[in-house]
Amino acid sequence: MEKFIRLYSTCVLLPMEDVDTDQIIPARFLKAVSREGFGDNLFRDWRYLENDSPNPEFILNKKGISGEILVAGRNFGCGSSREHAAWALYDYGFRVIISSFFADIFKNNALNNGLLPVQVSDEILTKIFEIVEKDPETIMQVNLEEQLISIENEEIAESFEINNYKKYCMINGFDDIDFLLNKSNEITAFEESRI
Amino acid sequence: MAAAKTLFDKIWDTHVVHTVEEGPQVLYIDKHFIHEVTSPQAFAGLKKRGIPVYRTEHTIATADHNVPTENQHLPIKDVLSRHQVDTLIRNCKEFGVELYGLGHPYQGIVHVIGPELGITQPGMTIVCGDSHTSTHGAFGNIAFGIGTSEVEQVLATQCVLQRKPKTMKIQVDGELKRGVLSKDIVLYIISQLTTSGGTGHFIEFCGSAIEALSMEARMTICNMSIEMGARGGLIAPDEKTFEYIKGRQFAPVGNEWEKKLAEWQRLKTDTDAKFDAEYYFKAEDIEPMITYGTNPGMGMGITQFIPQVNGTSSSGLEKSLKYMELQGGSQLLGHEIDFVFIGSCTNSRIEDLRLVADMVKGKKKAAHVQAMIVPGSRQVEQQAIAEGIDLILKEAGFELRQSGCSACLGMNEDKIPKGKYCVSTSNRNFEGRQGPGARTMLASPLTAAAAALTGRVTDVRDLLKD
Ligand code: SF4
Repeated sequence: MEKFIRLYSTCVLLPMEDVDTDQIIPARFLKAVSREGFGDNLFRDWRYLENDSPNPEFILNKKGISGEILVAGRNFGCGSSREHAAWALYDYGFRVIISSFFADIFKNNALNNGLLPVQVSDEILTKIFEIVEKDPETIMQVNLEEQLISIENEEIAESFEINNYKKYCMINGFDDIDFLLNKSNEITAFEESRI
Repeated sequence: MAAAKTLFDKIWDTHVVHTVEEGPQVLYIDKHFIHEVTSPQAFAGLKKRGIPVYRTEHTIATADHNVPTENQHLPIKDVLSRHQVDTLIRNCKEFGVELYGLGHPYQGIVHVIGPELGITQPGMTIVCGDSHTSTHGAFGNIAFGIGTSEVEQVLATQCVLQRKPKTMKIQVDGELKRGVLSKDIVLYIISQLTTSGGTGHFIEFCGSAIEALSMEARMTICNMSIEMGARGGLIAPDEKTFEYIKGRQFAPVGNEWEKKLAEWQRLKTDTDAKFDAEYYFKAEDIEPMITYGTNPGMGMGITQFIPQVNGTSSSGLEKSLKYMELQGGSQLLGHEIDFVFIGSCTNSRIEDLRLVADMVKGKKKAAHVQAMIVPGSRQVEQQAIAEGIDLILKEAGFELRQSGCSACLGMNEDKIPKGKYCVSTSNRNFEGRQGPGARTMLASPLTAAAAALTGRVTDVRDLLKD
């Protein structure tokens, strides 16, 4: 896993609630056997028209809009457990998702893949939407060490929660399997204690 | 005296191997189900690290998400699907994992075969790279869906790092009215609590209405607990549970059975145990349900009216109704439909098929409707044939297909075309879930069968009258 410490980037706004994993990556694109390449089909049915040409109305297709931070409405990532949703967002180039609420499994999957979910209050979310809408070139800082997101001169400096263990993993690019493999003696002892 | 505990806490606590300070816990997993879609990257991860599957005897694989539901004996036509299924076959062989793949008599939807084979038992921890793993909770165990990185964790160590969820009790008391099934109970609860009402929680369902349900009906409820955002749902095991498991292929036998039974009989929430949240519902308040929107929380009693879009409704409602091409303030009753899908890990078991067969026996489906019935497993299919259900369905104009996930998620050829309405017994009505542009209305198998007969959204109670 890649390390994540701090990021400065513009934001992409997706002011929709309940964005489910079937929208993030529709099931028909889950047939790959590797983790790469899912970014091409991220938000496929919103991003492309029926004739496969880009939908000019969709945010990712708009001129002058780009960034590594996706800001989305409440309850982002609900639906299935498909980790492909996190892979698709990451593969497309996102490193941070900001929302006022995340579905559990999605949040876990994101953290396991170096994609940082940042949960803020509904008020702050609305404020970010307003600021970025006005000026799409607004730069946001996401600082994992200090657990802080901020926009200079715009009075946003919000701390966010992340559990210490996940924070440690992301900052060090360390994953859960490394951790568990280190616990193999304890695991075997547990198994023996149950017989 | 030890503090009173919920059933969930009891099972969880006895599976904790290690607790990370201010972090997650290492949870030991008793059974791990895998399938073709969420496992290839996990096996690739093991190969990259050069490590084996740690406990092959607790790992069970099947092919279900991607498989065709016709001519399963022929090679899969879709190149990508075939590649994914072949990759599973190769990985299982290479790592020594038992595979109930296409053609195997035990093949089927992963959450249908686990219980059916007696692999799913009370008191266990069960995971699978699929959110509807919650289905298994009907047997009084902790079962939840995980992502592929976690599949890799479990393959490598038989453990998964998890934070302990909070607990929620949902009690449903009373007697269900005629024509109301367990699917209606769960659609009703989700319509009340919304799709995020259970987030962060593990639900225990209880109450006289739940106890009265068969094991298969209980599975339908636990299956959809995930649609409230919950990590999973469980129901305390009782005599029905034990009866169901007894004699199945992988059920314990002899002394082992007696020993297990004694353990299972103790699996109950203590009387004064505290839950983090509690909800109470009355079975009498529940009508046959149907969804009108694009998430499972957008459901209503079949005779009700779709909510009006106004200033206070969420932006989601307007967008949903636009996608569904439905009017706020109108009734769904009588709305013409094009497809009926009876299947998925929610409602594809033999009892579901029996209910449908009883309803359509001697009748004909509406001419303009295509009615697809996809059994949850090969065993369900065989049982249906043995009971003559296949013939009843055929005469009524329904197609009985071969087992798999099928139009529940439209990864194979079974898709609902753009703009078409489908009354479906599956669990998700998201935009495009059953195919790009497909419009899904979730309902019980009875309501789906009724819609197939009349070609419209129908109150099944009208057909049950005579
Ligand atoms: S039937 Fe549908 S919900 Fe169930 S496992 Fe298959 S795809 Fe998932």
